Amino acid sequence: MASIAHELAKKQKEISISEFFEKNKHILGFDSLTRALITAVKESVDNSLDACEDAGVLPEIFVQVDRVDNNEYRIVVEDNGPGIVKKQVPNVFGRLLYGSRFHVRAQRRGQQGIGVSAVVMYAQITTGKPAKIRSRISDEDVAYECELVLDTKKNRPQMVKEDFVIWEKEHGTRLEVNLKGKYVGGKQSIYEYLKGVAIVNPHARITFIQPDGGNVVFERSTEAMPPPTREVRPHPEGVELGELLNMTKYTEAKKMTSFLNTEFSRISLRVAREILDAAEISHNQRPSRLNLDQAGDIIDAVKKVKIMAPETDCLSPIGEGLIRKSLKNVLGETRASFYAPPVTREPKVFGGNPFIVEIGIVYGGQLSKENPVQIYRFANRVPLMYQQGACATTQGIENVDWRRYGLEQRGGKGIPFGPAIILVHVASTKIPFTSESKEAVANVPEIREEIELALKACARRLKTHLNKAEQKSKARVKFEIVQEIIPMIAQKSAKIVGKPVPDIAGTITKIMNVVWVEDEVTHIKKKHHVSVRLYNYTPKNQKLQLHMVLPYEKVDDGSLTLKPSEVRNGTKVTWNMKKVAPTEVFELAFDMKGLDGGEYEENEVFVSGIDPASVIGADVLPGDWDLEHITITEEKSVPEEAADEGEIDYDEGAEVIEDEE
Amino acid sequence: MKNEERHLKAVDRLTELAGDVYDQLVDRKIPKMSIPLRTKSNIRFDRRSGVWKYGRATGVRSAKKLTGAQMLLRTMYMLEFMEEMIRTNKSSTLREMYYISEGWDKAKFSAQDESNMLAEDLEIITNCMREDFKLRPEEDGARIMGNVTVMETDRKGKKKKINCRDDVGDSGYGIPYNVEKEKIGFVDCDADFLIAIETGGMFDRLVENRFDEDSHAVIVHLKGQPARSTRRFIKRISEEMKLPVCTFVDGDPWSFRIHASLAYGAIKTAHISEYLATPTAEYVGITASDILNYDLPTDKLNERDIQALNAEKTDPRFSDQFWKHEIDLMLQIGKKAEQQALAKYGLDFVTKTYLPEKLTELGIMR
Ligand SMILES: Nc1ncnc2c1ncn2[C@@H]1O[C@H](COP(=O)(O)OP(=O)(O)O)[C@@H](O)[C@H]1O
Repeated sequence: MASIAHELAKKQKEISISEFFEKNKHILGFDSLTRALITAVKESVDNSLDACEDAGVLPEIFVQVDRVDNNEYRIVVEDNGPGIVKKQVPNVFGRLLYGSRFHVRAQRRGQQGIGVSAVVMYAQITTGKPAKIRSRISDEDVAYECELVLDTKKNRPQMVKEDFVIWEKEHGTRLEVNLKGKYVGGKQSIYEYLKGVAIVNPHARITFIQPDGGNVVFERSTEAMPPPTREVRPHPEGVELGELLNMTKYTEAKKMTSFLNTEFSRISLRVAREILDAAEISHNQRPSRLNLDQAGDIIDAVKKVKIMAPETDCLSPIGEGLIRKSLKNVLGETRASFYAPPVTREPKVFGGNPFIVEIGIVYGGQLSKENPVQIYRFANRVPLMYQQGACATTQGIENVDWRRYGLEQRGGKGIPFGPAIILVHVASTKIPFTSESKEAVANVPEIREEIELALKACARRLKTHLNKAEQKSKARVKFEIVQEIIPMIAQKSAKIVGKPVPDIAGTITKIMNVVWVEDEVTHIKKKHHVSVRLYNYTPKNQKLQLHMVLPYEKVDDGSLTLKPSEVRNGTKVTWNMKKVAPTEVFELAFDMKGLDGGEYEENEVFVSGIDPASVIGADVLPGDWDLEHITITEEKSVPEEAADEGEIDYDEGAEVIEDEE
Repeated sequence: MKNEERHLKAVDRLTELAGDVYDQLVDRKIPKMSIPLRTKSNIRFDRRSGVWKYGRATGVRSAKKLTGAQMLLRTMYMLEFMEEMIRTNKSSTLREMYYISEGWDKAKFSAQDESNMLAEDLEIITNCMREDFKLRPEEDGARIMGNVTVMETDRKGKKKKINCRDDVGDSGYGIPYNVEKEKIGFVDCDADFLIAIETGGMFDRLVENRFDEDSHAVIVHLKGQPARSTRRFIKRISEEMKLPVCTFVDGDPWSFRIHASLAYGAIKTAHISEYLATPTAEYVGITASDILNYDLPTDKLNERDIQALNAEKTDPRFSDQFWKHEIDLMLQIGKKAEQQALAKYGLDFVTKTYLPEKLTELGIMR
């Protein structure tokens, strides 16, 4: 771990000196009191998460916001990362544009190296108080603690106090600053920001102590670290003029050929020579002597030479499984009825930079039906809180016709309305932001296209669910008719005319004309109780097969109401049902032992041996099940009684009876 | 038909209805019931009676849909309840029946409108009146003032002769819910016409100004959309006492409909128009032309008013020249006015100027 801190230290070189930023605090995210507070937390938490990931530790982050007085707040952010070596602490926190990330092409949160020292500076300008930093690396016995301010003229740290202290943490960093700000709730708040962080960092555990003492913990939903992101050298297609010139200053290469070959990816010596030839620059020229015109020539030459596309395996998407798990974990309070299986697209490239788009949709529950959907935007696992309208992710959402996917949208454009949350995550070695404040992803055509494709793919999954739900609720209405109302009508009418209660089976099967499958799983006393009920509401006997996917070795044999006829691979279970007569019910039930509650939440029920159109509540057997011996009998489903067509429904007729009498 | 007979006939009809549903179940069919559509596109002018009645279009109430099934179930409960009342010689108000349905489980009504409507449905299907089912409306206290003498049979069966001007206070004679022959008879009437008023304020104005005496009029307060008993009362008096009838209401689309239900027949109760409507009734005002001619204080038509006016343009009852003109004019000026807006010209203006002018125009006053 210590070696990582030292390693990072080497990279922490100065980028540029500037007091410009003091005058331009707005582009750094300190333009309002509310935002200043969020930005301070955000910059620190981003660093903490990055540091933990570098060191391969599961992040344990503690954030506390206290109100000191009026609009002065104290912010504490503490992590269990690798710590920072003593020598580098003043540089990291007391010098602007002193970062390690600037030269790195890897998917990272902090990208421009203006982060945490800007927080220190803002704090100092608004309250005059120094920042207090404590850090411990694992090969030291004590933690280093200091208070420092920033000399904004010279861009140099100024130590106020230094000490070594005992710290129960083995390694980690803690930053404490006092700054002017305003603490608010709502959509743009520290709470929402941390919630977002928790969603896209399912491996992090975050504790937040609010000014009123309220205490929120976002537990991690996985113990697995995200796969480490690999640093990749920049791809020549993405490089800009200034960046190129800058690189020539820091390179250790002595010749242009080796400069191109070592500092960029996908440039072999042969390709390097081709580029230089096309740019009419000597192969042996010293990189540091490259002038502006020549740099421009190289950029033009890159476009003419054939270069392999950039590597894409250096990205770390969250992944479909984890997005869903994490959304469920963090958004549990919304009691959403559906978490659409998320979509993680294949990596694509824009301007030499690989990127990947991920989408998740949460639907229903207590989410508001009347309001626009909520949009959760993320870039490289960082929640984007501001400039929603300017963001390519939002524009992607606005461009999709959501009416096709079950949400309301005026004219098929704009942010849709409905009880949904849409999550969009863009990960890249270089996120193209619209501005320095890194709040909105720029509208790059390649990225926009991917966002839209991913949205549509995920929205289709939502639509499938909604269709099913609608079919079920329609059937449930009929269920009420045949189960409750018709029997009552039969009884009453019989009583009035003084005759025996008639057999209503015929009427019922005419109304329903389906086989209704209802399944349920309950977890009580360490047992899963599974029940599948099959109601035959068709006018004839039904004999069909039921199939389920489940860990069969957990099934308690004694509890089975019907023995399966086949078990494949220990999970694919088939039952040959006995004959079920019209209006009769058959129930298959059993218990499973030794599973965690969360390990089996929903039944997967399929049927075969019947026309799919006349089954509600279960799908037909999917093709990949491949049961050769089962013959799928195709039957024509009985069409709705033709005689009814053209009849006007007395109770649902279009005309309303006038307001009279 | 005698009372007793009418109730017996009702029981037969109701049982028949239940039998129909029963038979459909036995025949393994989805129970359904056909009912004439109670919509404005299904009312036809009946030349013989001069009123609007339901046409031949029917709708179907089928147990295939949830609402249909529920309504059929409610029908069964209601039939049972009515038969019970007839058998035990009890009666109930519409509101009481609504509350009784609380105990009907799945057949419970969610609003009184629903139970009132179903009662009307049953009238239409069985060709009976809700009184035959032992259902009666709430007292609604429509009032009448004028030189008419009625013979009312009271609760105890005692006959009372009442002059609706001299034997009553300033609030007039209250019209009971039952105005049939067994309850009310007309003894004498010394008046030239009957004027039906929408609002209580205008009724009181006419009474205070002694319009009944000075102009030889019978004044009736409609209380908004008139109840069946009020309409029936007016129809009877106009026929039996040969009394011309006119309506004097606010100048807005809703008041036009008050006149329509009194004179032409209401859409909701077109099955008994012949029994309730007074086809000879004339509309006095307020008209859109009045608003202009008398330069009345007005309110702007709101969204709903405009909708209502447009709906009236496709309502067959308003298809004559007079109404076409007035409705278009109102839409054009975008204004409506209350009866009491006439007070702009003083308290006597309505009785001294407006009504005499308008009624003379209509040939009702000479
Ligand atoms: N909490 C922390 N733990 C370990 N290292 C840190 C921490 N915060 C900052 N650093 C180091 O300081 C460097 C500078 O951070 P910062 O100025 O915020 O820029 P950036 O994060 O954009 O590179 C980081 O790149 C990292 O190496």
